[in-house]
Amino acid sequence: MEVAQQEIITEPKKKETVEVSGSVALLEALIAEGTDTIFGYPGGAIMPIYDALYDYNDKLKHILVRHEQGGIHAGQGYARSSGRVGVVFATSGPGATNLITGLADAQIDSTPLVVITGQVFAHLLGTDAFQETDVINITTPVTKWNYQVTDATEIPEVLAKAFHIAKTGRPGPVLIDITKNAQIQKFAYEGYVPCNHIRSYRPKPIVRHTYIEQAAALINAAKKPFILWGQGIILGSAELEFKAFIEKSGIPAAWTILGAGVIPTDHELNVGMLGMHGNYGPNVLTNECDVLIAIGMRFDDRVTGRLDKYAKQAKVIHLDIDPAEIDKNVKSTVPVWGDCKETLPLLTQLVDQKKHTEWLNLFRDYEQKEIDAVIHTELNPTSGEMTMGEVINQLNILTHGEAIIVTDVGQHQMVACRYAKLNHTRSNVTSGGLGTMGFALPAAIGAKFGAPERAVVAIIGDGGFQMTIQELGTIMQSGVDVKIIILNNRFLGMVRQWQELFNQRRYSFVDIQSPDFVAVAAAYGIAGKCISDRADLPEALKQMLDNKGSFLLEVMVTKENNVFPMVPQGCSVSEIRLK
Amino acid sequence: MQENKAVTNPPAIADSRAEAKQEYNITVYTENQIGLLNRIAIIFTRRKINIDSLNTSPSEIESIHRFNIVITEAEEVVRKLCRQIEKQVEVLKVYYHTNEDVIWQELALYKVSTDIIAEKVSVERLLRENGARAVVIRKDYTVFETTGHREETDQLIKILQPFGLIEFVRSARVAIIKNSDGFNRKLREFEQLEPGEDVFENEYLNKGEKVFTM
Repeated sequence: MEVAQQEIITEPKKKETVEVSGSVALLEALIAEGTDTIFGYPGGAIMPIYDALYDYNDKLKHILVRHEQGGIHAGQGYARSSGRVGVVFATSGPGATNLITGLADAQIDSTPLVVITGQVFAHLLGTDAFQETDVINITTPVTKWNYQVTDATEIPEVLAKAFHIAKTGRPGPVLIDITKNAQIQKFAYEGYVPCNHIRSYRPKPIVRHTYIEQAAALINAAKKPFILWGQGIILGSAELEFKAFIEKSGIPAAWTILGAGVIPTDHELNVGMLGMHGNYGPNVLTNECDVLIAIGMRFDDRVTGRLDKYAKQAKVIHLDIDPAEIDKNVKSTVPVWGDCKETLPLLTQLVDQKKHTEWLNLFRDYEQKEIDAVIHTELNPTSGEMTMGEVINQLNILTHGEAIIVTDVGQHQMVACRYAKLNHTRSNVTSGGLGTMGFALPAAIGAKFGAPERAVVAIIGDGGFQMTIQELGTIMQSGVDVKIIILNNRFLGMVRQWQELFNQRRYSFVDIQSPDFVAVAAAYGIAGKCISDRADLPEALKQMLDNKGSFLLEVMVTKENNVFPMVPQGCSVSEIRLK
Repeated sequence: MQENKAVTNPPAIADSRAEAKQEYNITVYTENQIGLLNRIAIIFTRRKINIDSLNTSPSEIESIHRFNIVITEAEEVVRKLCRQIEKQVEVLKVYYHTNEDVIWQELALYKVSTDIIAEKVSVERLLRENGARAVVIRKDYTVFETTGHREETDQLIKILQPFGLIEFVRSARVAIIKNSDGFNRKLREFEQLEPGEDVFENEYLNKGEKVFTM
């Protein structure tokens, strides 16, 4: 690659070139790829890029975060709400190592990111130079692709590859490490050429029509078919294709938490959430259906529970763009490799128009049992302290399901995912695979930049909020409008729940103290309020949503509430407990 | 990778059921890219799988490298590993084969004292019986070379050990796939924007009845 580029420089070709630095070439690449916002934090080894950025202030918005982890989670939030590639800058050494959690999170949740890290001068590589870390090797397991640039002439082509890889196929994070000399080095720049083909990289498997036909035949013969859908539909922008498929086939469909919002919560064929804290019917009936159709989901252990007792009676049709997911956890009867935006319409053509009324009613029967045993008291308590569920329920009433809900990790996440009403796709931003506490606050900031026209509500626990609390500074400085609800149960609630259920209430280090969150917010110039009385809830939520600019609402909720239903670890989905 | 388990503990190939562990030869065609060896190696280490043997070198096609990796695992595990390897951006194609499906060799070098070996051993017989040859003969030492399977190169160690084997080294395994047309045609397909069906071989394609029963 270097050789080819140099030839172009030395030969006086007709192509127009301009002399630019590697840093300028990088920023031009970002603009050419449609980037409008960068989340970042400067430092020694990335200073030439920041120097160039000084002149690009009108074309590229840079959001100064308070910690690189906050920066990358913001990039993830931006990517998830907008469908575009999130772009993050960090310096070498500690700047780069602070990105690891976010990279791992983006890798497991298939979030498209292009992350740029500065690196020490190429001649210092391997000398234990100041702020030198082997970023490429540290990030290899948690990136879809990474590359170290040591020569400025590589930058346009490498950036083009980076964006192509990040956003195509099964998306994921790409990290480009650029040595300081390459940032400074001037070269003859010929303009940016986007990449659309890498010979060793096939983002989409070829669609095999025989499998589509076999899948359709199975579906048409099924008496009790059941659809599980995941984030693949959102990543493939196949929401309409999915809706057409389920509405024609009349098959009940349940979602993984990353798939939430593909069809509205109140769609008649939406039977609820899968998994450990998912709904009763979808879990139990997974082990009663005759054909299981998994679309853009990867059978995570939190969804399947005990694998050897998972849907053993069913024929499994698995639609996925990533061939490595087929048969990874659950053996498929018919594998439908491909992009679901292409495969779903082909399948829809071949399936019979049907209604599975009796089978669907079975889901509704289980739903009624769950309402009676769990949901009603969780959403409509009349005495005692507030529950997490009733806060979400009140929020639904006020937002009508129009807001983007960003959640952290733990009990509040499960409650919010279970009960939040979502009318639109890209409305649920949460850390699913990695379960990263501290994700929500920075992700909400990014989500708002990605979808500025939509209301963004972050729902966070008292534990997770303290993990990235410094990003209140980012809100203060950028003026971004993010509504924050802290559901404070004065415990690390999910671990406490497990300790209660499985460790004989031996509450080992889950009793967490918190500062005065409203006062902390006030110190950052962010309006806030703390409530503990049920009667104040609707008004406080309204005040939060109506507030111009960000608002922090702390809601004191009952200390020792448990999230149910629950599939205990190591149990089958049909052993789901209602209490 | 550090230890050659198979030297002391030859793999059991007696049981040919799918779930039984046996040696598998994984062949990987890749771009020549810094860091790719690590990217491939960590797919094994993440799952705590030992690499018995690893060879990587340029293939018959310019700019394309070929890895030969040997592991002892069940086929199910090997298939999943291969898919994870093939998923890497710079990997073109991955195949896996049992020992029956490949012709394979390892190269071994043995350094011995010329004095002792000339005095105490019938060198001619030794070379002929072990398919070995002398690479270097000096006053102070002699280097023999042989190629073969693990047991064969082990055998010569045993023979030379009593005569003061000074140094021994063995290469990783290289394996040729019996049923293969090479990679040239496939690479041309990869280079096209719209690949042919062959680029994505679907293991189910020829086993329709086996995977689809009503």
